[in-house]
Amino acid sequence: MTTQPETTPSTTAFRAIEKGGPRFARLRGSIQQLLAGVSLVLILIFFSIASPVFFTANNLLSILVAATTTGILALGTTFVIITGGIDLSIGTGMILCGVMAGVFLTYWGWPLWLGVIATILFGGLIGLINGVNVSILGIPSFIATLAMMLVASGLSLVISGTKPIYFTEHPGFQKIMNLSIIPGMRFPMGVLIFIIAIVIAAVVLSKTILGRYTFSIGSNRSATALSGVNVKRWEITIYTLAGLFVGLAGVLSASRLSSAQPTGGMGIELLAIAAVVIGGTSLQGGKGSIVGTVIGSLIMAVLTNGLRIISVPQEWQSVVVGIVVLIAVYLDMLRRRRA
Amino acid sequence: MSETLLLEAEGVSKGFPGVKALDDVHFTLRHGEVLALVGENGAGKSTLMKLLAGIYTPDAGRFRLNGEELHVAGPRDAQEQGIAIIHQEFNLMTDLTVAQNIFIGRERASGGVFLNDRALNRRAQKLFDDLGLALDPAERVENLTVARQQMVEIAKALSFDAKVLIMDEPTAALNDAEVDVLFQLIERFRSPEHGVIYISHRMQELERISDRITVLRDGRYVGTVDTAATSQREVISMMVGRTIQGEARPAASGHDGEIALAVEGLSTKHLLRDVSFEVRKGEIFGFAGLMGAGRTEVARAVVGADRKTAGVIRVHGAEVSISSPAEAARHGIGYLSEDRKQLGVLLERSVRENIALSALSDDFSAGGFVRERRIEQVGREYVDKLRIKTPSTAQLVQNLSGGNQQKVVIAKWLVKDCDILIFDEPTRGIDVGAKEEIYGLLRELAASGKAIVMISSELPEVLRLADRIAVMAEGRLTAVLENADATQENLMEHATRFSAEGTVAR
Repeated sequence: MTTQPETTPSTTAFRAIEKGGPRFARLRGSIQQLLAGVSLVLILIFFSIASPVFFTANNLLSILVAATTTGILALGTTFVIITGGIDLSIGTGMILCGVMAGVFLTYWGWPLWLGVIATILFGGLIGLINGVNVSILGIPSFIATLAMMLVASGLSLVISGTKPIYFTEHPGFQKIMNLSIIPGMRFPMGVLIFIIAIVIAAVVLSKTILGRYTFSIGSNRSATALSGVNVKRWEITIYTLAGLFVGLAGVLSASRLSSAQPTGGMGIELLAIAAVVIGGTSLQGGKGSIVGTVIGSLIMAVLTNGLRIISVPQEWQSVVVGIVVLIAVYLDMLRRRRA
Repeated sequence: MSETLLLEAEGVSKGFPGVKALDDVHFTLRHGEVLALVGENGAGKSTLMKLLAGIYTPDAGRFRLNGEELHVAGPRDAQEQGIAIIHQEFNLMTDLTVAQNIFIGRERASGGVFLNDRALNRRAQKLFDDLGLALDPAERVENLTVARQQMVEIAKALSFDAKVLIMDEPTAALNDAEVDVLFQLIERFRSPEHGVIYISHRMQELERISDRITVLRDGRYVGTVDTAATSQREVISMMVGRTIQGEARPAASGHDGEIALAVEGLSTKHLLRDVSFEVRKGEIFGFAGLMGAGRTEVARAVVGADRKTAGVIRVHGAEVSISSPAEAARHGIGYLSEDRKQLGVLLERSVRENIALSALSDDFSAGGFVRERRIEQVGREYVDKLRIKTPSTAQLVQNLSGGNQQKVVIAKWLVKDCDILIFDEPTRGIDVGAKEEIYGLLRELAASGKAIVMISSELPEVLRLADRIAVMAEGRLTAVLENADATQENLMEHATRFSAEGTVAR
């Protein structure tokens, strides 16, 4: 009934509809990282010109120190955001982990190594609960982690009796963050731990099956499930992983202050999320990178530090950071629209 | 042995609260056969698929694979037992590469942890070589055309040593040339150990590819026929339970109306080059062409959804400048997107709200307050006028069938007083019976003096409806034919006339 043309130019048709070469397309993916990296360099140059004390080894190190805890939170939450979720509990979760470190080490007198590991695992437990709430109970991640943010904030106060816990039993605890590891330089161990955490996060995201499923779930959750991947289990694993980073950040922040401060923490999660977003990770899920997150964290830390050095009042610093987030996300959208 | 069937369904039933989706359905798939499974939307085809995919479990009845009872625990289990399913909606992770998509869940990570993408790409390349597909394993899926994404789906399905391949409307997004590639793949897959279940609305395709056709209607088995011994019309009447008028062509008409829409020298940055055409009142003007030829882009540029780099648009003889769809609507041009669910209707809102949406600020509000009574009144009027099947105007659009959703979109533009309507794939995802109704509606609209532009990938549909047919290739208009002069063959010829092979004919 239907006579099709004898020779259909199938291959020609395919070629005709292909837009741009594959190589070009692959390049596009790294442009946002490049953009963020270039921005970081420009900001560094700007502050170096604006102030003679900015580009000094000491100041650059203090930027790294400042970037450490928020940066580690951002690393973990990058995974969650790539799955298309969000984790608002990382800020107060970090505070609660610090308090738990105080409980383990000071109240219960555990050995240092055990207390530190237990604290990191406690962070993992917070993440696990988030993961179960999101994945098994199906509570939207925004709500589930918002609830956890409040719970953690309250528990920190309850457990500590609203007072700071000092690590009197373990004077060595503060060395985890502050010990100088390079003679003659103020290069603290915390920064080294941050770098190790970056490497671990990058390897996990790009080289392991967990990383692959992180992207896959964020890209198309139901299709991933239809492909026979146990999406729920992996989602729980991803939230738990993010929690482990929260635990680590809790150890470092408590160590830096030599005490567990039970108050505060709210708002840190937003700074971490901002760093992730500046780094080009999409809140829609499916796209993102650890390199981007690290650059994003550094941009935030450099801005805060540089603005202080050139004597911009503190009130104005968060205004600038907010504008930077807007610009970063807008540039990212421009790029996507063109692609 | 030769008596054993490859796949067999016996008395399969499945109910959902309030609905009996499948009622005592049976079918048989022989070795080496392509069995077409047809039925209107809601006939139970997708439920049947989901049972075979292990997404649902049957309330009663059983499946047998090569004579042995088949229990499917889940999607993964189905694949491992040799049942590969290509779902209608793409199930690809667009942010991952082709190879990563194909082997998702089967990465063979070393130590269960670390991935080796190079090995993965090699595995994929070998698969493509075996299948004769030209795909780049390392390409990200989001950069592929729809047709190529479809190829990835098929390659993925075949990568599980599948015995039975089930395809749900695999050609919905493909043009004719790409369909040929798909059919070659199916032919290559078909062997004494393998069989294919092919679900489609497109009758012509079934004739080309299938051996037998099993018809379902309202969750029940209607019958199975040999394709070669059955006419399309017989199959369609089995599907809808009534006879349907044949392949009528429009009577030559509508050429004397005044020119409603004139487009001259339309170009866009990326694709369109010097596109000119005129549409008269009372006329249906069809656009044919391969996917990516630029038909949708013409519509989008005309209504200002995309920026044009050159070109003049005249509405009823007066030159207009249109920079957004809202402005187009003000000039009486309505664009009905091919992606109805995303861009046409608000699925979670009521029928009447949808109908009133575009004209909300002109006709349905006073002092900023919404006039609910007027919305209800006009909603009711159009539900009657367009014969929208819905229990009430308060029904949510998502509960309507595709055909009725399309009617809601049409009503929306009519309420907005649009007299130039551009339909992009007006019957995509709409079943055969409802298609007829949409066709009738388009004819009625034209007869009432509207100017209709219709973009369609189905040549029979264009031939059936359009008074004149424009053919596009690579962003250029390659021909405008009177319906009487057009055939599938010469349309296809013009559609494949790429600039590399010759100059553009006009």
